[in-house]
Amino acid sequence: MAFESLTNKLGDIFKKLRGKGKLSEADVKQAMREVRLALLEADVNFKVVKDLVFRITERSVGQEVMDSLTPAQQVIKIVNEELTSLMGSKESRINFSSKDITTIILVGLQGSGKTTTAGKLGRLLSKGGKRPLLVAADIYRPAAITQLQVVGEKLGLPVFTMGQQDPVNISRASLEYARKHNCDVVIIDTAGRLHIDDELMNELSEINKTVNSNEIMLVVDSMTGQDAVNVAAEFNKRLPLTGLILTKLDGDSRGGAALSVKAVTGCPIKYVGMGEKLDDLEIFYPERMASRILGMGDVLTLIEKATADFDMKKAKELEQKLKTQAFDLNDFLDQLSQVKKMGSFDQVLNMIPGLSPQKLKGVEFDDKELDRVEAIINSMTFEERKSPSVINGSRRKRIANGSGTAIQDVNRLLKQYDQTKKMIKQFTGVEKSRKKGRQKFPFFGF
Amino acid sequence: MGFFNKLKQGLSKTRDSFSEKFDNILKFTKKIDEETFDELEELLISADVGVCTTQELMERLRENSKKINNLEELKTVLKDEIINFFPKESISLTFPAVILVVGVNGVGKTTSIGKLANRYKAEGKKVILAAADTFRAAAVDQLEIWGNRVGVDIIKHKEGADPASVLFDALKAGKARKADIIICDTAGRLHTKKNLMAELKKLYRVCHKEYPEANVTSLMVLDATTGQNALSQARMFKEAVDFSGIILTKLDGTAKGGIAIAIASELKIPVWYIGIGEGINDLQEFSPQDFVDAIFI
Repeated sequence: MAFESLTNKLGDIFKKLRGKGKLSEADVKQAMREVRLALLEADVNFKVVKDLVFRITERSVGQEVMDSLTPAQQVIKIVNEELTSLMGSKESRINFSSKDITTIILVGLQGSGKTTTAGKLGRLLSKGGKRPLLVAADIYRPAAITQLQVVGEKLGLPVFTMGQQDPVNISRASLEYARKHNCDVVIIDTAGRLHIDDELMNELSEINKTVNSNEIMLVVDSMTGQDAVNVAAEFNKRLPLTGLILTKLDGDSRGGAALSVKAVTGCPIKYVGMGEKLDDLEIFYPERMASRILGMGDVLTLIEKATADFDMKKAKELEQKLKTQAFDLNDFLDQLSQVKKMGSFDQVLNMIPGLSPQKLKGVEFDDKELDRVEAIINSMTFEERKSPSVINGSRRKRIANGSGTAIQDVNRLLKQYDQTKKMIKQFTGVEKSRKKGRQKFPFFGF
Repeated sequence: MGFFNKLKQGLSKTRDSFSEKFDNILKFTKKIDEETFDELEELLISADVGVCTTQELMERLRENSKKINNLEELKTVLKDEIINFFPKESISLTFPAVILVVGVNGVGKTTSIGKLANRYKAEGKKVILAAADTFRAAAVDQLEIWGNRVGVDIIKHKEGADPASVLFDALKAGKARKADIIICDTAGRLHTKKNLMAELKKLYRVCHKEYPEANVTSLMVLDATTGQNALSQARMFKEAVDFSGIILTKLDGTAKGGIAIAIASELKIPVWYIGIGEGINDLQEFSPQDFVDAIFI
């Protein structure tokens, strides 16, 4: 059906390929037909698909594949490489002005997520030591200015507004304001507009001339269809775009628009919006995205998230405890809050290779479940957490009452804790047995 | 300006690009062969009609191709096939009505509600708006501005309030003030977020429970520029709030809105209204005949 994601589709195709020793031209053709359909269903523009499939076929049917021992792996590698090179071979950052204030203009269609992205980008830059100023230049949509003000307030970032005046004047004045208030980055949130709206497109060129921008970034909804190409091409024709921001990528769209938009404008995708929270903007890594599309997981992002958010000291302590098997519920609680820092549970799970969305179907991860577990542990006394074996019937009842859960919930948690402890025992045992034979890591089934 | 002209104007971009290409094909192709079908297929796919629906259309065209003598006839057959996808039922609303407006982020829910309110008010109905998007910054203000523009009452709480309680108050107000129609704005949400979809289901339940006499209807707002993901959106929202129709927005751009054809074909869900601009009157009733005509004229 049309509904399997690109990851599943390509996975299925290559499962077929994997079964064979050598690839005939017909095999490749069959696989490419599927690749073509999958890419089209993922909303990659049909012209881009044509190009891509042509290049992949050309590289696949030939020496390179025929001579290799595992042809399927070669094909996957080629598809992966082509997807990556189409999306830009490496990640790109913002060009900061070395002397003056860095000005960033966000442009795009209505509803692509410019205002939210302005806030997220401001947050990201301020985390990196910059002092951004948000500028409300959307004077058309009702309450757009208020929206940016509220976002700025939530983030503790300054917001420059001048009411419903000419956006060009607002932009000019914002630079003065930034200078006076010691801000080094100005992020201008412009009104959403159609790329065929001459008047409003001219307004953008005027703004750009006035502020002499360092970056003009097109904000693109990752769910956009074939029209993404027209939109991006027109914006690119009218303005010197320097980058793209892909939003709403936390849904189930495969974001084929990303491929199209990149191919048409030649601009790198710099950031991706991954969620509702104002922290959920990430730097875009083309090779990781390609791997994700191909179902190879996004281990790099996971590792990075883990290292960025994990408290190393605590991790060391935990390691020690694991080794001595003194892992108690206090540590369990710590561990939980560490995992929570990395983002929502399904976000994390999506990055694990081998866990395709298909396999996860029907498995629902409720982030509230973690909150419940936290509440239960918080309702225990220190002694109970340290040696959970003392928890008897009446203690269970008290804990359930205290945490607003049922006794069954408490029981389940204790059982889970027991299992975890057993698992840890096995893991610490593994180290010794490893020398005897190669252990297979559970997730990397690929 | 008559309805048909307005629609034509709104769809002119769609029509121009689509029809031009179509005519080009017709002009330069002398007889109907595989190449004609391939080009047609590409055309449909580039309009976001989607692989499945396009293939289905092509199959039907091929079946009939023996009976088709010239390209003009081919055009007519294709047009008819597309019209056949759309369910025949028209908009059915009995009053008092509660309309829950749902959709993913940034599709134009609040704007569409403003236009809807205007439309029903012009028909002489008493309208109350419920500002149940308490999540997005300034969403309540945005709806309030629309409420003032149209001149209808709005029930609101503070940002971050429980949407169900806003709706509850709106239903109570609607009953007390004898409103004909209560239109409820909801926060944009991706259809894959379980918790947020559960919240929608709750809103739907609240409507039925607190105002059982009313005709409770949901509408999904869909951005015409959306690609194949719209099918996934439609499925998930259907499951959550069993919406009866779609408001297809932003048809004034170059997006061809072909996804409406895919949804009609695969899910048998009708389009109720189309949005063709930012003005208060830029909401039109959808008619498959006009839609396809406007595309193919």
